[in-house]
Amino acid sequence: MDPDALRRWAAALLLCGGSAVFAGAPPAPQPERMAVIRHLARQDCGACHGLTFRGGLGSPLTPEALKDKPDESLAAVILNGRPGTPMPPWRPFLTEEEAKWLVYWLKQGAPP
Amino acid sequence: MAGLLVETGRAALIGSLSLLLAACAAPALRGTGDLGVVIERASGSVQVVDNTHQTSLGRVEGLGDLSHASVVFSRDARYAYVFGRDGAISKVDLLRLILVRRVAQASNSIGGAISSDGKVIAAQNYQPGGVRLFDADSLALLADVPAAPGVNGKPSRVVGLADLPGKRFAYALFDADEIDVMDASDPAHPVVERHPGAGKSPYDGLASMDGRYFLAGLYGEDGLSLLDTWRPDLGVRRVLAGYGRGEQAMPVYKMPHLRGWSLAGDYAFLPAVGHHQVLMADNRSWAQVATVPVLGQPVFVMAEPSGRRVWVNFAFPDNDKVQVIDVPTRAVIATLHPGKAILHMEFTPRGDAVWLSSRDDDKLVVIDTASLKTVRELPARSPSGVFFSWRAGRMGM
Ligand code: HEC
Repeated sequence: MDPDALRRWAAALLLCGGSAVFAGAPPAPQPERMAVIRHLARQDCGACHGLTFRGGLGSPLTPEALKDKPDESLAAVILNGRPGTPMPPWRPFLTEEEAKWLVYWLKQGAPP
Repeated sequence: MAGLLVETGRAALIGSLSLLLAACAAPALRGTGDLGVVIERASGSVQVVDNTHQTSLGRVEGLGDLSHASVVFSRDARYAYVFGRDGAISKVDLLRLILVRRVAQASNSIGGAISSDGKVIAAQNYQPGGVRLFDADSLALLADVPAAPGVNGKPSRVVGLADLPGKRFAYALFDADEIDVMDASDPAHPVVERHPGAGKSPYDGLASMDGRYFLAGLYGEDGLSLLDTWRPDLGVRRVLAGYGRGEQAMPVYKMPHLRGWSLAGDYAFLPAVGHHQVLMADNRSWAQVATVPVLGQPVFVMAEPSGRRVWVNFAFPDNDKVQVIDVPTRAVIATLHPGKAILHMEFTPRGDAVWLSSRDDDKLVVIDTASLKTVRELPARSPSGVFFSWRAGRMGM
C-alpha cells in the first residue's frame, strides 16, 4: 500500500470507526463533489430505488439488501448498468472511485 | 370553511350562532375548482395552491415519504388523496388545509385511483404487489387483491392503475406482463378479468378520457399494449410496435409516465423508451402517424387541453429543459429552461397556463402558454408532482 492510500485508510478508520474497516472505506470525493453525488443518489437513483432506497422499480439499496453483495460487483452494476433491466449505466456521470464510494455510502445506510 | 358551517349548523340556533361567529372571523367562502396540490417530496408536505390567482394557500405537513407521490381528488373536489411511496394514503382537506385521515396500507406504493362513483379508493402497490380498495370517506380497507406472481414467485408490482367507467379499474403488472381489469361494483368482492401475455415489462399505463382504452407502455420491448375495454374478447394487442426500428436504444435515467393527458384531438402523444422521440399515433386506429425528435428521454408528454401543443420534459441529465411541440406541423417550436430538475407539469383547467415544478431550484414556475413566458414563480420545497382539482371530474386521472 502506498503511503498516501495508507494515510487515507487511517483517516477513514479514525472518522468512521470499526465498520469502515470491514467495508474497506474507499477514498472519499472532495466535499463539494460528495454533496453533488449524494444529491444525485437520493434524487436520481431515488427515482427508481426510492428516496430512502427501500426500493421501487429498482431493488432496495439498503444496507440489509446489499450486505452480502461484493462492493466490486455493485460498483460495476452502477457504472455499467444491468442489461435487460431498467438499471442504466452511470459511467458517463461517475468515476470508478465515485461508484465505489457510493457503494460504501449505501452500505453505511446513506448518512446525510 | 363552508364545511365547518354545515357541520356545526345542525340546530338552527347553533347554526345562526356559528354563522355570526364565522362572520366575525370572516372566513371567505370559496370553491375548489381552481385549487391544486403540490407535492413537496423531501419534506413530506403538500402545498395547496390557487391557479387563478397563482398563489399558495398554505401547507399541510406530516404526509410521510412522498417520493413518487401522486394524487386523486374526491369528486366534489374538496379532498385530495395523496399516495406516498411509503404506502400511506393521506386525505387532505383543500379548504381547511388539514390532514383529515392517513392510513399506512402497504410498505411500498406507487399511486392510486378513485372509482367512477367516487366511493372507492384503489391503491396500487409494489410491496406487497397488488391492489387494495378503501372506502373513500373512512379509508377503511374493503378488499385486498394480490397481483399474479412474477418470475420470482412474489406478487407482481402493479403499475398504471386507472379508473374506468362502471366502477372498474385497469392496471398492468410489471413483473408478470399482464393487464388486469377489476370490477369493483361490489368493492368488498372485486372481480378481476386477466389478460396475461400483455407485453414485456409494462412500466406505466393510461386510460383514454372516455375510459374505453387502456394503454400500457412497455419497458422490455419497443411498443405499447392496448386493451379495448369495449371488446375484451379481442384481448390485448400491440401498437406502435418496433418504434425504435433497430436503432440502438439509449439508457433511460428515469422512467416515462403515462396518463390520459397524452391524448388530445385525434392523436395520442407518447414517450418512446430509450429513444429521444415523442411518438404520435392516431387515437382510434392507433397507427403511428409521426415521430417527433426531441432533445432527451421524454418523461411527461402532455397535450394542452386544446390539443394544439404538446409539452415534454426530460429524464436526467436533460431535466432542466422543456420542449413544446406544435401539433399541426409536428415540430418542436420552443425549448425552455424554466429551472433545474423539472419533474412535472400541470395545465390549468383550460390550458391558459402551465405550472412546472423545479425540484432543485425549490420553486414552482407558472408559464403563460400563449406567450411561453414565465409569469410567476412561487417557492416550494423540493417540489415534484403538481395536481389540479379539475382531475376530479375526469376519467383516468
Ligand atoms: C431507471 C431506473 C433506475 C435508476 C435511475 C437507477 N437504477 Fe439502479 N437498478 C434499477 C433496477 C430495475 C435494478 C434491478 C436490476 C435487476 O433486476 O437485477 C437496479 C439495480 C441496482 C443495483 C444492484 C442491486 C443488487 O442488489 O444487485 C445497484 C447497486 C444500483 N441499482 C444502484 C443504482 C445507483 C447508485 C443509481 C443512481 C446513480 C441507480 N441505481 C439508478 C433501476 C434503476
